[in-house]
Parts: sequence; structure tokens; C-alpha cells
Amino acid sequence: MSEVDEGRRKFLTAATIATGAVGAAFAAVPFVASWAPSARAKALGAPVEVDVSTLEPGGMLTVQWRKQPVWIVRRTRDMLERLPALDDTLKDPASESSDQPSYAKNEYRSRKPELLVLVGTCTHLGCLPKQRFQVGVGEGGANWPGGFFCVCHGSKFDLAGRVFDGSPAAANLRVPPYAFVSDALILVGADEAQTGAA
Amino acid sequence: MASSTEAAANAAAESSVAGRGPFYSWLNQRFPIDLFVRSQLTEYYAPKNFNFWYYFGVLSLVVLVLQIVTGIFLTMNYKPSEAEAFGSVEYIMRDVSWGWLIRYLHSTGASAFFVVIYLHMYRALLYGSFKTPRELVWIFGMLIYAALMAEAFFGYVLPWGNMSFWGAQVIVSLFGAIPGIGEGLVEWIRGDYSISDITLNRFFALHVVALPLVLLLLVVCHLVALREVGSNNPDGIEIKKLTDARGKPLDGIPFHPYYTYKDLVGVGIFFIIFAGIVFFAPTFGGLFLEPPNFEPANALNTPEHIAPVWYFTPYYAILRAVPDKLTGAALMALAVLIFFFLPWLDRSKVKSIRYRGWLYKSFLAAFTVSFIMLGYLGLLPAEGTYVVLARIFMVIYFAFFLLMPIYTKLDKTKPVPERVTSHG
Amino acid sequence: MGKALRHGVIVVVLGAALTLAFGTVVAKQGAGAWREQMQANNDINSTASLQRGARNFVNYCLGCHSLQYMRYSRVAEDLHIPEDQLEANLMFTGDRPHDAIMSAMPAKDAEQWFGRPPPDLTLTARARGTDYLYQFLKTFYVDESRASTTGVNNLALENAAMPHVLADLQGLQRAVFNVERAEDGTQVKVFEKFEQVTPGRISPEEYDEFVRDTVNFLDYASEPAQLRRVSLGIWVIAFLLVFTGFAYALKKEIWKDVH
Repeated sequence: MSEVDEGRRKFLTAATIATGAVGAAFAAVPFVASWAPSARAKALGAPVEVDVSTLEPGGMLTVQWRKQPVWIVRRTRDMLERLPALDDTLKDPASESSDQPSYAKNEYRSRKPELLVLVGTCTHLGCLPKQRFQVGVGEGGANWPGGFFCVCHGSKFDLAGRVFDGSPAAANLRVPPYAFVSDALILVGADEAQTGAA
Repeated sequence: MASSTEAAANAAAESSVAGRGPFYSWLNQRFPIDLFVRSQLTEYYAPKNFNFWYYFGVLSLVVLVLQIVTGIFLTMNYKPSEAEAFGSVEYIMRDVSWGWLIRYLHSTGASAFFVVIYLHMYRALLYGSFKTPRELVWIFGMLIYAALMAEAFFGYVLPWGNMSFWGAQVIVSLFGAIPGIGEGLVEWIRGDYSISDITLNRFFALHVVALPLVLLLLVVCHLVALREVGSNNPDGIEIKKLTDARGKPLDGIPFHPYYTYKDLVGVGIFFIIFAGIVFFAPTFGGLFLEPPNFEPANALNTPEHIAPVWYFTPYYAILRAVPDKLTGAALMALAVLIFFFLPWLDRSKVKSIRYRGWLYKSFLAAFTVSFIMLGYLGLLPAEGTYVVLARIFMVIYFAFFLLMPIYTKLDKTKPVPERVTSHG
Repeated sequence: MGKALRHGVIVVVLGAALTLAFGTVVAKQGAGAWREQMQANNDINSTASLQRGARNFVNYCLGCHSLQYMRYSRVAEDLHIPEDQLEANLMFTGDRPHDAIMSAMPAKDAEQWFGRPPPDLTLTARARGTDYLYQFLKTFYVDESRASTTGVNNLALENAAMPHVLADLQGLQRAVFNVERAEDGTQVKVFEKFEQVTPGRISPEEYDEFVRDTVNFLDYASEPAQLRRVSLGIWVIAFLLVFTGFAYALKKEIWKDVH
């Protein structure tokens, strides 16, 4: 037989393998993509509307969003005034290394000072901290300014969700995305509110 | 204190994989990669005259892998309970990203599996691939076929459509025809007094775990048995009879690269046809995904025609050809079992149809037509002329096997050449 | 062509010929002849038609029938309906866009009023076919014998429990039957034609389009993926052709060594 055209063989082998590899990569896409949250997961994880019209000053309500507890606290003026003085006793008073949307990276960690929205999961190992709003009462001792206390390992958070020094937790409590549909209606889980929700 | 013999052995092992790198050598000393590659690929000699009919073995493997991969991903989202099964399939079709494609790949793959397997088996009938020394390859193959039919049956129940339910009801109740133990057996299979959630769950376990493991084991046995005796070929010649000075068969070529590259083309063409169906006609006119199955299972409402999926219809036609339930079921079972005896029913010394006489050719042609016609009749209601036709074709079907010892002995065969012919 | 392949082709052709021969015998005559003239012929690729169909469904069908496997948001996405229009024109029940399209009618009440609960329609186009749906909506006719229930009957589904919801649009028609003798000697009623009794608010052509659009939407709802499947398939096959082309050229090149 005539001599072997090695160049042609090399080219064809390379072309076939290359096309095959590209094909295999394309074929993998549907399978990998099928793991992304499905439409049902997105529907179940959709933002939740919360009516805060009946929430009294100093009170807190808990809702669930994406299976997580979300707290909404209507802070009194006293509660808000106590916050700036705490900066020295906090690990991260300016929320530099904690998780919150840009509109919550301020001294009150909220869009509006009066209403605080937090994910009620301790940033240490995930327990549910308890409400300890009363000044000087509870595990915090006589100087306790009010906030949250996690009974699992003793982490303490103030009334803006910021973590106190001496706590096992390293970061402030997370603030979820949220927006005001109206003064009485908060949409938890979205950065912007559209009428009728997304 | 490494002895010189140990060092020499190491050197020998490494030199045999010279140019492959230290990692490969390390691996090869502990795992027979090189041995496998040489004995199964580069120094395994297959006949050089393989034709169109020889693609279907590798295509069966391809479809098996496809079914396993798509099956795994379906199982990630499917719920095997009476309450949720049907809904979970629609969840996959709509809510899961690309779920519709994974589902269609699996449903088309199931039908493609049978197309490929039937053509694969037909090759054996054409070229006598079931004859000595390949009887065990054939037996393992038939066991795979039986396991595949069970796998397909259980799989079809899972969507819990109306045809899933009633098909299961009919087929499981067939076992009730067995005298004495029948009724008890049916209840034991179902785990309940009727096809129910309990039956669905156990069929799920069988379909997803048990039968795939059995299939994989049988496929391995099938391939081991094949590689032991070597492939047959369209001329039915044993290529190992004529070897050169180094023991290589004169009419053999290394499996790699010749058949690996050739099979790649076959796989490519197969995928083109397969993709055509998946993307343009996934229900295939109602043959691959049947309309009644788009309604949820309803114990109070039977579909107009209860028919199994197309690949079972030849046997279904035989079942219904006889009015008596037990005889019909027995004949249906016999129609599958009789294949196992083929190596011993065929008395001809000649393997390939190319050198057989007109008796075998006629009987095979008649059998082929009968199988196709029985399949078609199985899709239709069992009334009037259809039943008469089914009986006629059933007789021809069995005659192919039962008369074979006679006509293959009488057949005037042609002389078989010593060397393979190309495209005889 | 190899001899075996030739024989194989002969056998397959023979089988196919026999099949076709019997196939012509199969077709039942008579009773269903009107079905051939009444076919859906919907264009699944017409977004405008699908949008009209969605609107028709929500306005006339959703009162009783659900589409439990369809989400509003999916309809909006596939039919290119912006969210504000979705909520203004297609969502009335206070549902959220990601919710399933469910009828507000309680099943128990429906069963009491109609004798059986109105079935969910998501998959009806796949289970019964678009032609059936089209014929169902077109062949309601006045039937005095059903005066105690709906007052109408239906050619596609005899003694349907559903009233003629679209009577306002189509008007009412009467069915003319001819009595014929069947093969086995019994007398059968064979449908001949419809006669209009009261006119509809829209013309017959407009009604046909209304029904076609609605059936088109139901066709889409039964398999939303079909809007993407065909175009994607063309790319896949084009790619496979390139791959197979290279593989074939490579095979031919390598096999030069053989013989």
C-alpha cells in the first residue's frame, strides 16, 4: 500500500478527539444544570410578605423564609439610642466582615432605623438565639443593654444584631435582603419590592 | 535489601511500558492496565470482514450507559409513591432545568435499546453466531434479553400513568394462570390485593438497583465469554484456524484501532438518528410514549386498548392468540425460552446464511415476517381477523424453531471458503 | 450491498408491505368521517396565537379547570408576556406568579353541580390529542333529552357533563342525524351536519380561530419544552454530523492499512 500520510492521520485524529471532547462537554451541561434549584425550589424560596402593622414597639415577630427564621423587631427610641455607645464592646461595630445588603451596612443595620430585620441563626454554629430585650436582665448581667443571647455556646448580640466581644461567634447576625412594599408591609427575600411580589 | 531479581522484575515491568511515565508504571504494577489493553484492544484480533450487522453490540453498550446515566439523574427527582409519582414526572418535565431532555433521553433510550438488541440478535440468526463454540455467549445474551424485558416492564410502571397501572395489572395477573400457586404468587408479587403504592415502590427498587446490577454482571459475562472464543463473522469462518508464524489470525485485525474507530462512526450515526427522535418526535407517534399514560393511573377506568409498549407486542400477540389464559401465557413464555435452545436446534454444519441452502433462508424470512407481523398485531385489539392472523404467524414463529432440527439437516449448503470474503 | 444485507432489506420491505396492506383494512369507516374535516391545525410556533389562547383559557376555562402543572411565571416567560401584563390580564385569583394555575372552584362543589369534578387540563392535549379538544369545543349541540342537566350534548364526548360555556360566542346549533343500517343489521345514527339555531356573538370563522388559539395554548401547556426542543435539536444534529464526518474520514484513513 502507498505510504501512510501521517500528517493527515494526526489531523483527523485530533479533529475527531477535539470534536468528541466538545460534544461530551456540551452533553454534560444538561446533567450538571439539572442540579440548579428547580422552578419549584424557586417558588418555595420566593420572598415572603410580612405585615408589621400590628407589631408593637419593642416587640418582635418571627417568619420563615427559605426555611430560615427571620426576625423583625420594632425598636423603640431608647433601644436605638443605646446602640452607638456599644461600639467598643463589639467585635465588628461597623459590620465590615459580616453579611448584610448594602442598605443595611449602617449604624442601625437596617433600611429604616425603627424596623430591624435579621436572620435568626447564630453565626457561630447555627442555633436559634433567644430574645433578651430587657436591660440588665438575664445572662448578660447588670450592664446588659438588651439584645439576643444564644444559649448553645453563649454568644451575645445587640439590638442591631452585632456580636459582642467574648462571644464564640465571629460575625454579626446576617441581614437578609428585604424591601418595604409599604410602611406596613415588608417583603423579605428581595432587594426591591414590586406590587404583587415576584 | 532489594534483591537483584526484584530489581530486574521491576525494570522489566517498566520497560514494557517504556515511554509511559513513572505514574503509569506504578499503576501498572498494581493493576493490569497494560495486560488489559493488549489482550482486549491492541492484540485482540477480530475478523476483518465485519459489516453493518456488527455495530449493534457496541451500540447496546452505549445505550446501556445512556440509560444508567439518565436513569440516575431521573431518580434524583422522581418520587416512587402512588401519590407523587405522576406529578414528579411532570415536575421533571417542567420545573427541573433540562429535566425534559433527561426524561426524553431515557424514554427514547428504552425503545432504542430494544431496536438495537433485536438487530443484534438478528445478526446471530444471519451468521450463526450462536453456534459452537459460542453457545455460552448466546445464553448470556438471552439472559440479558430476559433481564432487559423485566427491567423495561418495571420501568414502564414508574410514571404511574393509566397504561402503567393497567399494563402492570394485566401482566402480573398472568402469573395467576399457574395452577395451584397462581393466586398466591400474584398477591406476593404485588405485595397487596391490587397493583398499588406498595407494588410501585418495590418495582422502583428492582428497576433502579437490582436489575441494573444483574444486567451489568450479565454484560460482563457476555463479553468475557465472547472474548474467550473470539467473534464470529459474516462468512461464519473461524479465523483462528489460519494463523501466521506469530499466531496472529490471517483474517484478523487488531480491535484497536480498526474497530474502535469504525465503531465511533457507527455511534455517531446512531446518535444522529437518536437525536432526531429525541428532539423532533419523542413520543414517536405514540409508540414510545403512549397517550393513555399522560393520564394518571385510575383503578376505575381502563384505557380503550391495553397494550404493552411496542417491543413486547410480538409476545403479547401470541398471548392473546389463544383463548385460554394458561395456554396463552405458557406459549408466550415458550416463545422467549425457545431462543435459548437455538444452538442445539440448528443441525447445520454451516454457520452463515451466505452458505446455507434455501430452506433455512425461507424459514428465516418467514420467521422475520412473522415476528414483525405479530408485533403489529399486538398493537391492535384482539378481534376477528386479527386473531386468526396472529395464530397463523404464531405457528410460523414456532415452526422456525421446532422444525429447525429437520430442515437444517436437509438443507443443501454451499462450500464454506477458507478465507473471509469482503462484502460477499 | 452485501448479500445478507440485501436479503435483510427484502425481508423488511416485504414485512412493511404486508403491514401497509393490513393497515388499510384497519381504518374504521363511517362513524368518524366528520373528524377528518374538523382538525385543530394549530401553529405551536405562533406566539400571538398562544397569547390569545392563554387569555381565552383564563377568561373562559379557569373558572372550573386547573392547569396544575403550569406556573403563571412559566407561561409569561415562554409566551413573552411582561410581568405587569401577566398580572393585569391573566391573574385574577390573588395567586403569585410562581404559583400553579389553579381554578378557584372547590372540587366538592364542582362534583355536586356537574356530576363529576372538571378534570385538570394540563396534559389533555397529549392524552387525547389536539384534534379531540378542537372537536370537543366545536361540536356542542342542543339536545332536548338532556334538558334536566346541561341541555346540550357533544359529538366528541357523548353525554359530556360540561355545559356549553362558549355558547355565547358560538351560538347554539342542532345536530342532524341520519339513520343507517350497520353491518350487523342494527340501526345506527350517523351524524350528517349541524344547523345553527341561535347565532353567536362572533362569526363562525372567528369562533374557529378562538377555539384553535385555545387548543394551541393547551397544546403548549401539555409540553412547554416543545417550544425549544426543535431548534435545539437542529444544532445537536448539526454538531453530530460534523463529529461523524471527522470520525468517518479518520476511519477511512486508518483502514487503508487493512488488505
